[in-house]
Amino acid sequence: MSKIHISTRINGDEVEYLCEPSETLLDVLRDRLNLTGAKEGCGTGDCGACSVMLDGRLVCSCLVLGAEVEGSAIETVEGVGTLDALHPVQRHILEHAALQCGICTPGIVVAAKALLEKNADPSESEIRYWLAGNLCRCTGYDKIIRAVQAAAAEMRGAQI
Amino acid sequence: MKQDFKILGTRPMRPDGLDKVTGKALFGADKSATGMLHARILRSPHAHAEILSINTSKARALPGVKAVITGDDFADVDSRWTRYTMQNCMAQGRALYDGHAVAAVAAVSKKVAAAALELIEVDYKILPHVTDVDEAMQPGAPVLHEGVKGRGLGEDVSGNTVGYYSFGHGDIEAGFGAADEIIERSFKTAATHQGYIEPHACLADLGADGRGELWCSTQGHYMVRELCAEILHIDASQLRVTASEIGGGFGGKTTVFIEPVALKLSQISGKPVKLVMSREEVFRASGPTMSSSIEVKIGMTKAGKITAAHAKLRYQGGAFPYQMVMMGAMSAFAAYDLEHVQSEGWDVMTNRPKMISYRAPGAPMAVYGVESVIDELCQKLGLDPIDTRLLNAAREGTKSSYGPTFKAIGLVEALEAAKAHPHYSAPLAANTGRGIACGFWFNFGGQVSVSMAINADGTVNLIEGNPDIGGSRASISMMAAEALGIGYERIRTIVGDTASVGFSDVTDGSRVTFAVGIATIKAANAAIKEMCKRAAKIWEIDEDAVEWVDGAAQPTGHNAGNFPPMSLAEIAASSGKTGGPIAGHHEGAPDKAGVSFGVHLVDVEVDPETGFTSIKRYTAFQDVGKAIHPSYVEGQIQGGAVQGIGWALNEEYIYGEDGLLQNPGFLDYRIPVASDLPMIDPVIIEVPNPGHPYGVRGCGETAIVPPLAAVSNGVSRAIGKRMFALPMSPPRILKAI
Repeated sequence: MSKIHISTRINGDEVEYLCEPSETLLDVLRDRLNLTGAKEGCGTGDCGACSVMLDGRLVCSCLVLGAEVEGSAIETVEGVGTLDALHPVQRHILEHAALQCGICTPGIVVAAKALLEKNADPSESEIRYWLAGNLCRCTGYDKIIRAVQAAAAEMRGAQI
Repeated sequence: MKQDFKILGTRPMRPDGLDKVTGKALFGADKSATGMLHARILRSPHAHAEILSINTSKARALPGVKAVITGDDFADVDSRWTRYTMQNCMAQGRALYDGHAVAAVAAVSKKVAAAALELIEVDYKILPHVTDVDEAMQPGAPVLHEGVKGRGLGEDVSGNTVGYYSFGHGDIEAGFGAADEIIERSFKTAATHQGYIEPHACLADLGADGRGELWCSTQGHYMVRELCAEILHIDASQLRVTASEIGGGFGGKTTVFIEPVALKLSQISGKPVKLVMSREEVFRASGPTMSSSIEVKIGMTKAGKITAAHAKLRYQGGAFPYQMVMMGAMSAFAAYDLEHVQSEGWDVMTNRPKMISYRAPGAPMAVYGVESVIDELCQKLGLDPIDTRLLNAAREGTKSSYGPTFKAIGLVEALEAAKAHPHYSAPLAANTGRGIACGFWFNFGGQVSVSMAINADGTVNLIEGNPDIGGSRASISMMAAEALGIGYERIRTIVGDTASVGFSDVTDGSRVTFAVGIATIKAANAAIKEMCKRAAKIWEIDEDAVEWVDGAAQPTGHNAGNFPPMSLAEIAASSGKTGGPIAGHHEGAPDKAGVSFGVHLVDVEVDPETGFTSIKRYTAFQDVGKAIHPSYVEGQIQGGAVQGIGWALNEEYIYGEDGLLQNPGFLDYRIPVASDLPMIDPVIIEVPNPGHPYGVRGCGETAIVPPLAAVSNGVSRAIGKRMFALPMSPPRILKAI
């Protein structure tokens, strides 16, 4: 079967690529576009390491086909924060030592940012349930939850 | 020992942090090469089968396929332990477990590689299998390998029993005779997987001339180099291995699974080969830990003094001979000062994946049995579980159950901290139980090399050889800064490849901060000596009349002269004129890693309707000697505790009657997720290790040891029934209720 031509927008830039009909968005990002920030931990939507935003919705990019995103807007971890300023979620993950190996971190960054865009003042339980699809084997989640709480407080302009 | 620190105990940003929150950091699967091929591995669908033939001709004929290999492509090796590793990477003659590699292909794309796998025809003759440890030990069980039965073992156990160990002292029968109460129980624990989120991945490029480059996710790239060089019959010097950023390991990346296969495919095809495991392959074919069958017998006086203790540990370690139950037998009673004690262990083979270390390998299940029986004795005798442990606790001068006499240790301090903590006296809600357990790990020193260069601008580059699995570049930079007396931000620590710095043992045994730390301090001292020499030369005074204080050389003694201190930056700036570049290095094998103890306290609530257990509160106390970067020490304690919670409640390798793994994925092998847990409160205890200049003990492993028993003790108290098997899944708890 011939490849499919896709035009889409990734982290604000127009991108065109050819992909196999069976190729996942994660494979396209990693293998064709060299955006390796999204990780493949399972390939079955269980671990969340491949989390990206697709048209404003948090998705596992391993469960989306590369051929599905014609005309979409995608944001990956490479598009979070700017050269001058990290996103508060990223900065607080660093300040709270909320990573050990760091393989889950890109997914956590994308997912936590998505949460705070929907809910500026999530409870600890809301954060825990929102991030329940992002597996971390190193930290026991404690410092990740605290980092997201601190980022939320900062983004609300509250005292931390 | 140094006590007054400027940098140790602070919490600076880790040097690799920015790359990791922005997605820039390169892990095993993140690197590609021009002209690279993609590899896939064909795996056995049977638990045990003779491989009668493998026909690869159709796969080879598929356009785009560049190499196909089987076990026949690997020549024999001298060491039997390396042979087992090699045959675990690629079966020779027999497939020994569901998922065992039997062939591999390299092709121009993932799609072609996957199609090629379908075209490989394997003719199997199915053989009887065994996956349970007790069944595998029975005479008459299918034997995995002939001629490897442990020395001195009799006809009462099968040939799968590859090792027997016994530790202890005193006369346990006499000790049991002095007891007021004796409890003897049997326990079973399931095999669990390390569950790192990053699957094994590598990029191999090996030429026909035997020169190669290998990029891989590993806990030890020197280990990878040496195993691969031996298996591929090439010189270690010719294979340069670079450790990628590593996405978790927990012991599971202390051997090779795919690297020799990728190198062989590259050698045959003449092209770089990328090989990445799927999650299913990680579960089916990379190292889980051992499952166990355990008996523990403990005698106690009415006052709570343990009079005798005896453990029998039978561990199942998969399809090849291995040696790990020894660690369990040594750990079982390490927390206690006992007059009469014996712990015995048997290593057993089964048709399961070859086990590999998982955080404090062998200890959690042994300690689970011991701490469960102690808890039951406390209940039966009406004793406080912390006071009882304090009464029996090992301390400085205790002759341990496994032989050595302990130097300064922090178990009593940890128990006292637990007793004084508000958690211990907080009221308990209905259906809730409070569990407590102690844990122990040896920690390790091992071989290490560090090279440090003082740059002309006053900054420092440090190269070490241990993959950074949880922030060690930060702690090593901090120790370098402390030793040199300069700022943390002026140091850059990198993990060198195998051609850039001397040999280092694997990142395991909680050894990196301890051993690399010692080598870093010694390398810094060598550089300081040279800097003092340069200052002496400039000042034209005797070298011995210069000392190093707060990052600067200064004259010492009344006769040395009156010169203002000369900073590291000043000495470095003039180094070109005073004798050339300044550097320090150290190679060694420090062996005084202090043992570490922890005490975990947990409140669990059990739903009597469903048998579901939730963790309501968790506090973990651990002696770490000296916390270099307290945040990352806390992280180790929290992470270990949660892995232990998973082991206690959810995680389990489930095999069917057919010997096939039924849950090779994160959906059915459920590691703890954020919504399963409360905050985990870590309490750092610092009883300095006399074997390290800054008092450091390893801290990575101890925290996975207590939670199995702590959670089980909590559940048992919550439901009023003693639990004897892990995981305590809801059906198992409902059955007990």
